[in-house]
Amino acid sequence: MSAREDILNRMRRSLEGAGEAAEAPREYRRALAGDTEVVELLIDRLVDYKAQVHHGIESIADILDEGQPVVVPADLPQEWRVGEAIFIEDDPLDPEPMDADDLDAMDAVLTGCAAAVAVSGTIMLDTGAAQGRRAITLVPDHHVIVVRRDQIVGHLAEALPRLSATSPQTWISGPSATSDIELQRVEGVHGPRRLDVVILDD
Amino acid sequence: MSANAGTVPEVVPSSSLIPAGAKFPKAAKVALGMPQMRANLAHATGTIREKRAKVAGELDDWEQLRDAASAIKADVQHRMPELAIEFERKATEAGATVHWARDGVEANAIAARITREAGADEVVKVKSMATQEIELNEFFEAQGLRAWETDLAELIVQLAEDKPSHILVPAIHYNRTEIRDIFRGKMIDAPTGLTDDPAALAEAARLHLRKRFLSAKVAVSGANFAVAETGSLVVVESEGNGRMCLTMPETLISIVGIEKLLPTFTDLEVFMQLLPRSSTGERMNPYTSIWTGATDGDGPKDVHIILLDNGRTDVLADEVGRQALSCIRCSACLNVCPVYERTGGHAYGHVYPGPIGAILAPQLEPGRHDDLPYASSLCGACYEVCPVKINIPEVLVHLRQEGPHQAGEKAAMGAAKAVMARPKLWRAALGAARFFTRPWRNKGYMRRLPWPGSKWTVSRDMPMPPQESFRDWWKERER
Ligand code: SF4
Repeated sequence: MSAREDILNRMRRSLEGAGEAAEAPREYRRALAGDTEVVELLIDRLVDYKAQVHHGIESIADILDEGQPVVVPADLPQEWRVGEAIFIEDDPLDPEPMDADDLDAMDAVLTGCAAAVAVSGTIMLDTGAAQGRRAITLVPDHHVIVVRRDQIVGHLAEALPRLSATSPQTWISGPSATSDIELQRVEGVHGPRRLDVVILDD
Repeated sequence: MSANAGTVPEVVPSSSLIPAGAKFPKAAKVALGMPQMRANLAHATGTIREKRAKVAGELDDWEQLRDAASAIKADVQHRMPELAIEFERKATEAGATVHWARDGVEANAIAARITREAGADEVVKVKSMATQEIELNEFFEAQGLRAWETDLAELIVQLAEDKPSHILVPAIHYNRTEIRDIFRGKMIDAPTGLTDDPAALAEAARLHLRKRFLSAKVAVSGANFAVAETGSLVVVESEGNGRMCLTMPETLISIVGIEKLLPTFTDLEVFMQLLPRSSTGERMNPYTSIWTGATDGDGPKDVHIILLDNGRTDVLADEVGRQALSCIRCSACLNVCPVYERTGGHAYGHVYPGPIGAILAPQLEPGRHDDLPYASSLCGACYEVCPVKINIPEVLVHLRQEGPHQAGEKAAMGAAKAVMARPKLWRAALGAARFFTRPWRNKGYMRRLPWPGSKWTVSRDMPMPPQESFRDWWKERER
């Protein structure tokens, strides 16, 4: 008997007579109170995680220095590429896409996102429009994320339906951190150590 | 050996001081004689308890979330065959190869074979309890393969040649100075003049692992959740080492206990609120990765999932005990456990220590950890914090009854069980227990109680509950 059949049979045997479980009660919140200022809440949480928050697309010119190599997904809107940095497009379907060392040579990455959850300060990427593949937002040490006002929701339950469930997802809540030494949060391990969030208010 | 070797005190791995195969009372006695470790643990668990209480308290629907999580996990257990098949089908459709492993040896052999077929002789690893449980690193080493831990705490433990002592923070028993000494002594490329500043230690780990991440061919991970509806796996982490392992290599092997299933993607709205708040005491962990099979032009092309039984289907057969399979490995129960705080994780002699270990280890390996259900005062703090509402005291009492010494004990424990179902009565009973321990109280220490209490007291000198119940005493010291 294959391991598969064996395990499935064992499960069935163990559950003989167990019947069905009761339906799960779902009385928890699916949204924050209607009068919550979600943008302010998101900013508060991001600052708490030691991310930098900016307003308006022009701020990108200040965040990225002149001449810095910055990787961007090929479909990043042109109007976001402001300032004097050198924007280098990544196209994963390119027959020879950037490899790990190429990405390691980038100073920063600039992307959009799929959704942002205010209450936990979480920005979600699902490799959709303006986000690129996962490696480009991981290897460079500095991630600049543009969040449109209409992408910000209060609660996790409001954000999940906005995601492409089966695309690769990365949920980001602040820069890379660890709590492994005496359970104190220290920012900056393997992921980008600097996180800038640009909020587009319109 | 690094250039620093010889100039730094050697840190003795604490697990090495506990005799192999020692039962809990003996092992705990050894652990109680390590004052530095106890101080480190008290400090760390104290910090995390405070953080957890604060962020859990922020949600006014915390109890409703726990109720939902508990019921969803019960449903998963009742529908496990159906959900496992659904997961397999969806993951396969999305391009993953799904394997099944009856036990650790089978899982390890599959992982080693895939590694070799990928032309690699080493793997980078994301922290995973399942791979610790099946001792994948040891298996790989015996096969001439290397497994590199990349989580900071796992790295510390691996460098120290020690064993993990906590589910979430395996190096919780070391303080920053000891960690610096481990790095200086054992990390080949440790920066000269490394201080014990946690930021400097994190930086040293970043430098140490970076090349390895960028050049690794194969990664091994576990998963926090496996979504049946979509065939997706979820990994929750902080440092970005998980993202590195899940994104950069060509081949990814994920070893997933069959109990990790969730019915739907939407269920993450429950568990991703409960898990980070319960484990690191954060509103959300820095990084969560979710992937479904393989994706063209993004991440590993060769994606494998090994569904692991290793005793779980036996646990499933026990009506009371099966709730242990709801565990999401948050470690909140360890952090509030007065026994764990004093003995540390190694004394339990199993990869799952603390309250969850006391109910899971004896069920996963029947006959080998019968002492662990006694490694508890039944104070109930674990049940109160458990985000999936596992009634750990209930299972402990149940396992004591089922255990090899059942005859003498059944009556007493049967009563305890009935009482346990009703917290008020149970608290009253704790009061009564204090009354009955009076003869031992004259010195303020309980050295020994008649069996079965002796199973517990022999392993500790504890200023046992004279004026207050354990639970009152614990609450008191939190102030
Ligand atoms: S038993 Fe509950 S509290 Fe303990 S680790 Fe598992 S989920 Fe967390």
